[in-house]
Amino acid sequence: MKNLLLNTTKSVKRGAMVGTIVMSAAALVLTGCGEAPPAPGGSDGASANPAAADYLGCIVSDSGGFDDQSFNQSSYEGLTKATKDLGITMKEAQSSATSDFAPNLATMASAGCNLTFTIGFLLAEATKTAAADNPDLHYAIIDDNSIKADNVKPVVYDTAQAAFLAGYVAASVSKTGKVGTFGGINIPTVTIFMDGFADGVKYYNEKQGKDVQLIGWDKATQQGSFANTFEIIQEGTKITNNLISEGADVVMPVAGPLGKGAGDAILAANKDGKSVKLVWVDSDGFVTAPSYKDILLTSVVKTMGEAVETIVKEDLDGKFDPTPYIGTLDNGGVALAPFHNLDGDVSADTKTQLDEIKKGIIDGSIKVESAASPK
Amino acid sequence: MSGDSTTTPGGATAPDGTGGALKEQPAKPAPKHEGEGTRVVREIMSGNAMISVLAVLVALVIGGLLIVFTDPRVLTAMGYFFNDPGATFSAMWAAVSEAYGALWRGATYDPGSRTWQGRLGIFETLTFATPLILSGLAVTLAFRVGLFNIGAKGQIILGATFAGVVGFMIQLPPGIHLIAVILAGAVGGALWGGIAGFLKAKTGAHEVIVTIMLNYIAVSLVLYLLKNQLRDPSSSNPISPRMHESAMFPLLLGPNYRVHAGLILAVLAVFVVSWLLNRSTLGFEYRAIGANPRAARTAGMNVSRGYITVMLISGALAGLAGVTQLSGTEKMLDADIAGSIGFDAITVALLGRSTPWGTFFAALLFGAFKAGGTSMAINADVSIDIVAVVQSLIVLFIAAPPLVRSMFRIKEVRREGVKA
Repeated sequence: MKNLLLNTTKSVKRGAMVGTIVMSAAALVLTGCGEAPPAPGGSDGASANPAAADYLGCIVSDSGGFDDQSFNQSSYEGLTKATKDLGITMKEAQSSATSDFAPNLATMASAGCNLTFTIGFLLAEATKTAAADNPDLHYAIIDDNSIKADNVKPVVYDTAQAAFLAGYVAASVSKTGKVGTFGGINIPTVTIFMDGFADGVKYYNEKQGKDVQLIGWDKATQQGSFANTFEIIQEGTKITNNLISEGADVVMPVAGPLGKGAGDAILAANKDGKSVKLVWVDSDGFVTAPSYKDILLTSVVKTMGEAVETIVKEDLDGKFDPTPYIGTLDNGGVALAPFHNLDGDVSADTKTQLDEIKKGIIDGSIKVESAASPK
Repeated sequence: MSGDSTTTPGGATAPDGTGGALKEQPAKPAPKHEGEGTRVVREIMSGNAMISVLAVLVALVIGGLLIVFTDPRVLTAMGYFFNDPGATFSAMWAAVSEAYGALWRGATYDPGSRTWQGRLGIFETLTFATPLILSGLAVTLAFRVGLFNIGAKGQIILGATFAGVVGFMIQLPPGIHLIAVILAGAVGGALWGGIAGFLKAKTGAHEVIVTIMLNYIAVSLVLYLLKNQLRDPSSSNPISPRMHESAMFPLLLGPNYRVHAGLILAVLAVFVVSWLLNRSTLGFEYRAIGANPRAARTAGMNVSRGYITVMLISGALAGLAGVTQLSGTEKMLDADIAGSIGFDAITVALLGRSTPWGTFFAALLFGAFKAGGTSMAINADVSIDIVAVVQSLIVLFIAAPPLVRSMFRIKEVRREGVKA
């Protein structure tokens, strides 16, 4: 009896499995047909510059991958744009673990990449080694300023400057008198946003005589809410729900893909009658995360794409320069994105004040300090 | 002595007696599951090596289909398939031969490469295989006792952490330093594996759940340490200082290749585990427990002790994998030191039919996938995820031997009577 039952389930299982395989194969073929472009002879981007076609611009991601809606993606898009604009050839490699960095870089070198972008401080050691092994090749590392070598250009961002503006505007639109933030992991490239945000809120309180509180980050102790992951999106939802239930009505997630979790939590809370707004980071969320258009107050943007393209162009022209690039409000490397759909929520006074603060930060009369700021 | 240690909590696992059986009542479902688990393990192991080879082949073919149908040239050519079917087929051939060609060259020999390391990819294959051999052995050994050690990841992390503490915090003379690092790594992994073994033996806690949870704890623990005690003081990032040179495995073929003496350690481990399983008394007990824990208990074997010791050894092997990562290739400890090795180890052990030498060759194959996958991703612009898909398909086909058998009309070799 028991055997019979077992055998039946077994054959059912087997049938189901074959079915699944057949179905997925069919789906595969169908999509293959469906996506086929109607006309033959697709061009892979006309080369603007014939000499540039031999130039290899390469990029190695960290474990976030090129679809992280964050710095890997922005840098990748920058290089893709350079490929189109300058007619260079591009090679790419995604890393899924730290142990992939060195082999990816070695393979890039063996392919003869003229310039290789490495994304994130985690790649610093591997980049340093690869640069030392291949003195004739150039490297640029994003978000790390630890390498001093003739063939490595560090690219870093003083994000606290733009986050300061975001903190100020967040405090100005808060009705509950509480704004919140949380991070992926407590590391400098994350906390630099939170420090700037905290300072911006504090500055608003000083100037306007208000007492808007920041939940989720204490600049003095450098402790706060962290998901301890950049991968599990639901953690972002969880933390955001906590922040909202503590009264925050503006939330800035600094956690890469977890921003989506935060956005979903806010959408759900607003359905229940709350009025919570989202501050996106790294890229303009209005473009990269359009599903949150209607709750998106603004974004703290690092304009990595531009920096990447500029560096490629300089190298292509034989003007590679290993001095670090530091993105600031002044050179446009970091910026506060437009308010887009929520433009009406930000008062004209606040907008004027933001312009003044921006000038103040640029000329140094307003100090934005973070332990994580690039020196 | 073992009797003493099991008197109080071990009443439930006492080999003799009806009293034990009575006390066991609340925990009744656990042994039942355990029986189911071991049955699955035995079923997977009893398939012949042919299934392994065919699983790899079928997975590669399906991977090839994925490459073909995601290639932009093929999709373009399919748009005018009925005008010129030949174009579609030649585009298909180009796509798949370019991708698998790059995979093969990356894993073995690539005359077109600019650098020495790229030219002889076979050494990269060996480098990648090293931690996979050790962690694969860890999973294999536990399999043989009927335990699913899903916790290789956590054991690798703990092994690497212990090894790191000795490797970058302490100065010792060359030679002795490396040996100390290796021992520390084994202890770290054994400790982590041992927790799961202890809980399994003493409370019946299912090792799958416990080891998975220990993986999470290990990641958080190492991250905490890296942010505090173990952090490189010159950096604000959660990375440890570099290992001292004396704590590193010597490179076997000079600075042009990454292949290091950890490979020798791994091969030695294959011999040791092979001897342990097939020639030693302990190994005999392990196999007996794996075949039928209740029968082994009745025969007077100490099943609890078997669970604990096997998880200690298994953890130690995974810990050694952590050492080969840290002292072999990575040089610095970070929270991601285990990468995907912990889970690849399970696949390697499955593919290797849970035998030490099978695991060795499966690890070589996976090392080749890893070395070749990088080259395929970069030189043929095929996503490295294809490699992950192929690896997952291998697991699927191995876990479903009837499927492969029916595909190739292989006669069932298992004796149904034994199971019933």
